[in-house]
Amino acid sequence: MDLYLPVANLSVNALVIIALGGVVGLLSGMFGVGGGFLTTPLLIFYGIPPTVAAASAASQVTGASVSGVFTHMARGTVDVRMGAVLTAGGVVGAVIGVFLFRLFQALGQIDTMIGILYVLMLGGIGMLMAKESIQALVALKTGKRLAARKRRHHPLVAALPMRWRFYRSGLYISPLAPLLLGMATGILTMLLGVGGGFILVPAMLYLLGMTTQSVVGTSLFQILFVTMATTMMHALTTKAVDLVLAMLLLIGSVTGAQIGTRISMTVRPEYLRILLAAIVLLVAARMALGLGFRPDEIYTVEVR
Amino acid sequence: MNRRARRLLLAPALLLLSAADQPILVPDVSQREVEIQYSFTGADLLLFGAIVYPDGRQPKKPADILVVLKGPDQSITMREKQKVAGIWINADTARFRSAPSFYAMASSRPIEQVVDQRTAAIYEMGVEKLQLSPSSLNESAELDRFQAGLIDLRERAGLYVERAGTVEITEGVLYRARLPLSARVIVGDYTAETFLVQDGRVVAAAVRDITIRKSGFEQFMAVAAEEWPFLYGLAAIALAVGMGWAAGAIARRF
Repeated sequence: MDLYLPVANLSVNALVIIALGGVVGLLSGMFGVGGGFLTTPLLIFYGIPPTVAAASAASQVTGASVSGVFTHMARGTVDVRMGAVLTAGGVVGAVIGVFLFRLFQALGQIDTMIGILYVLMLGGIGMLMAKESIQALVALKTGKRLAARKRRHHPLVAALPMRWRFYRSGLYISPLAPLLLGMATGILTMLLGVGGGFILVPAMLYLLGMTTQSVVGTSLFQILFVTMATTMMHALTTKAVDLVLAMLLLIGSVTGAQIGTRISMTVRPEYLRILLAAIVLLVAARMALGLGFRPDEIYTVEVR
Repeated sequence: MNRRARRLLLAPALLLLSAADQPILVPDVSQREVEIQYSFTGADLLLFGAIVYPDGRQPKKPADILVVLKGPDQSITMREKQKVAGIWINADTARFRSAPSFYAMASSRPIEQVVDQRTAAIYEMGVEKLQLSPSSLNESAELDRFQAGLIDLRERAGLYVERAGTVEITEGVLYRARLPLSARVIVGDYTAETFLVQDGRVVAAAVRDITIRKSGFEQFMAVAAEEWPFLYGLAAIALAVGMGWAAGAIARRF
């Protein structure tokens, strides 16, 4: 079933895009991540222009995180204050991202930049996740419990001036720390079309030292609002949001997300995490090879 | 019948009288307007017409027909990837002021048998002969490399097409050629040029205009994204939030 994308200016097989959204949604439901890290590369691989892919993937992440935010709000596992600070940082980051996007576009290096960022980000986080989930699995098999990590924020965070109380997170720290963290993820959201849950969740746990219960809900809260802001910024600046493409992705991903959530309740979280780590490392490796191998297209054309 | 219409009807007759010793072409296309709709996966255009010889006398040696379908010109920047420090990045660039966004050509015989290099260059017959007007300071060997890269890229995207030997000429007077329009064509004004070639010389030429535009919903979306970006962005956000919420609400019922 072929469908013409009015902004991307080409026709795609609607069922392929829906299926793609479905797979990403399934993963995002299973692992509690937005899944943007898979959508953008897959869309580019399918032949959608990179800018349109990144711009439209952001709105898919919005759709995938909405129902999660509602659920966590109802359970009271969202630190709204922390989320608001992170979101404020995220929006600032997205604005910075716009400038970076334009700068690298003018230099002609935006594709390389996106590739390198993906490899560094996914490779680093994937390694971290793999190490940790293997440790958890070993602990599970041998029956030995891991010594609970002392929950403490990083010394650098403690050094920042001005302190706020974040009750739900159990923290008394400077709001500058989450603000900067939000900014970093906002830049990534704008450049890569990813939600940033990958960076946020570990950073909130290990850098800020937040309580585990409120981490996922709060990061979803931030992702929801930052992807909304990013979609708007793409609409205003790059004008590359394709509503038909977003619609197709959303149909697949919101359905997949619900199924994924069901699956996640029946599988041990340790196995889920090692699976996610494997997928993340696989994508990173594929992107790294893509940078090193001779590309299919030596030439690219940019219309002014 | 008003005056204007009468004059239009008279025009071909006048032409016949004024150039009595030269043949003329009466071309047409199957579609004057191509509309891009939701199911657009490209189109086939039929270019056809008649060769009218003075007094109906056909030359002994059969003439050749060349048709060229050209899309709006674009100003483009081309980048070439090179391996730098182990990774492939964009290194060299070249800028061209007038690269046609679409170019398709069909001829009754292979182009090199129909016209010589010079004539082909003058009339831009064939993708190799496109005049891209480079606007950057590259060496000519470099420019040739970039031009070859552009042609290769666009040929594979179906944007540059050459169909030698596909123009059918019936009884020496009626011709027809079929040219494919890729789904990746941009909207705008296209021209379909027809050349009548005799002994390597262009003896008659005629042009028909074709408009390609998005229609209905596709047109609306493209205009909305361009003209009302804020509302368009809001719509995208509302769509995402609405669908995400609806899916959650439905799933809770089961």
